[in-house]
Amino acid sequence: MKRIIYREWRIDPARYWGLLAILVAIIGVGAAAALYMEHTGHWVTGMTNSVVWGTPHIFAVFLVITASGVLNVATIGTVFGKGAYKPLGRLSGLLAVALLMGGLLVLVLDLGRPERLLVAMTHYNFRSIFAWNIFLYTGFMAIAIGYLWTMAERKGNRFMKPVGTLAMIWRLALTTGTGSIFGFLVAREAYDAAILAPMFVLMSFAYGLAAFLLVLMFTFAQEERPLGEKMLVKLARLLGVFVAGILYFTVIYHLTKVYGAKHYDFVSWVLRDGGAYTALFWFGWVLVGGLLPLGILYHPVLGKTRGWVATACAMVIVGGLAAMGVVIIGSQAYPMPMFPGHTILESGYFDGVQGQAAPYSPSLPEVLLGVGGVAVGLLITAVGVRVLQFLPESLADEIVDPHTQVRAQPA
Amino acid sequence: MNDVEETIDQERRRFVGAAAGATTALVAPGVFLHTVATATPRSEAVTSAVRWGMLVDTTKCADGCTACVTACEVENGLTLQSKPEGQSEAMWEQQRSVWIRKVKLQDDVTGRITNLPLFCQHCEYPPCVDVCPTGASFKRADGIVLVDRHTCIGCRYCMMACPYKARSFIHEMVEEKLTRTPRGKGCVESCTFCVHRLDYGDISTACADACAVDGHGAIVFGDLKDPDSELNQALRARRSRQIRADLELNTGVRYAGI
Repeated sequence: MKRIIYREWRIDPARYWGLLAILVAIIGVGAAAALYMEHTGHWVTGMTNSVVWGTPHIFAVFLVITASGVLNVATIGTVFGKGAYKPLGRLSGLLAVALLMGGLLVLVLDLGRPERLLVAMTHYNFRSIFAWNIFLYTGFMAIAIGYLWTMAERKGNRFMKPVGTLAMIWRLALTTGTGSIFGFLVAREAYDAAILAPMFVLMSFAYGLAAFLLVLMFTFAQEERPLGEKMLVKLARLLGVFVAGILYFTVIYHLTKVYGAKHYDFVSWVLRDGGAYTALFWFGWVLVGGLLPLGILYHPVLGKTRGWVATACAMVIVGGLAAMGVVIIGSQAYPMPMFPGHTILESGYFDGVQGQAAPYSPSLPEVLLGVGGVAVGLLITAVGVRVLQFLPESLADEIVDPHTQVRAQPA
Repeated sequence: MNDVEETIDQERRRFVGAAAGATTALVAPGVFLHTVATATPRSEAVTSAVRWGMLVDTTKCADGCTACVTACEVENGLTLQSKPEGQSEAMWEQQRSVWIRKVKLQDDVTGRITNLPLFCQHCEYPPCVDVCPTGASFKRADGIVLVDRHTCIGCRYCMMACPYKARSFIHEMVEEKLTRTPRGKGCVESCTFCVHRLDYGDISTACADACAVDGHGAIVFGDLKDPDSELNQALRARRSRQIRADLELNTGVRYAGI
């Protein structure tokens, strides 16, 4: 492999500032939406006492696990010694930190009392996976920044592998922890399943790689930096493996549920009777987020066509948001099994009368806050690649030989 | 000359009088409140010598009766909540805080109808306390599960974790509230077993009282640890169970007749 040269993203200033202006405008609208929700109270959202986590949480959780998955690219290069991935490490680290910032911002701004963030940082209940996640998220950011330093600074190069290994273990813990936010909730039928943790890990790999590929292809195309077909196909095929992995876990998740008769109702609700959630599951999670991209990525022609690979990545992301919608909102909308063997005829507080699901429709401010979080991640990335040397000058096939392995130095 | 002196004297008198009045007005409530505070058991820490609990006899719970719900809402200032301007009735019903609700069930096999009130079950192992990141959700030594409104950040994870949907989030600005039940936008709350009564030595809850007044007597409140309490006697006399007993939360609220 030839020596990789990194260079700042030097697209035409007009285009660059235009891009920043668009992102800042989206962030501004998102910030205004957050202010509005905090000022008036959550009654202006679609959230209720039945569906307590709404659209902001879809975006926040999606961004957090995507951030973790983005760093996978760097891990493959440094920890597993795949030389072809090494030039991608810096962008991977930057995008991971940026998306995590975006996700956390959404999470914090949706709190009932966001001004009490200091309370959350000074009062801990270590039985809570949420409290653990506060450390996992902030720690991830610190480790990823340290990891970036080892990749970019020659003096730090020798720490690259140990720091990279720590980052890998840390982000696996982070995604496991995020999946466990849901998996460890015994109250709700859709949760209470440890398999949600590894499923979130797989989801993070896929969503992260899809987001990474889109950013990589966009930045390279804008500046006409060469991105070799071998490199592209390699990343695309890897994305295919991760997408297939999600589908596998999706099947196992539902099989786990139908193994016990007490969950038949829930599974048939998601798969058949859940209305919008059934549609989100089949069309969003399975078809758009799974089968279609899988078909494109493994297609002999389409899988090598840039436009189609980008489309597949976008589909994985859309499917990911749909999956989060089903996991986070569908699971709350489905009534809790308080009285097995009984039908609730009347309730003073919407306990699933006649098995009815709780209503939820996302409000505009919620969506704007979520999209604002995505824009924060992209803005940090856009500024980062412009001012620092994150992007390799070229990823042409003759520069990066995907078959190169960095051999471990004999001790 | 004399006149002037007299005027001055009068002013001084008025001033001294006003100052004394103002001082009294300023200090007296403090002295009074201090007396109240030290005169009641509230200044003593609660102990685990008691565990507050409840038995709901569903066979006595009347269809269509909402006496317990109304009493709770009045007692805990829930009636003071007002629908934000511009919000639809349907959404507001889903967003307003509710501490106790009536549920009517039908057995799928036998068709038997059961009515019961549902509220915080004051678990011995409360999932809401486990998941709360800041420890705002806590259980007192006497078994009452509460929310510390000073440390609640409004993350709603406790609401995700509660198997009884017992908790409510305050979605709107709070205009009016009672001193005994402070309430603020962005925090979570739920049934407190009328802790403000207990802390002043009044062993009763608004819901149980209202049910008794209405002649049903379906709710018995008391100390689960006291073998002679009315609650324990009722629990011994009737077979009861916990809702979602499969989770082994050892709830403080038991139901008979379901």
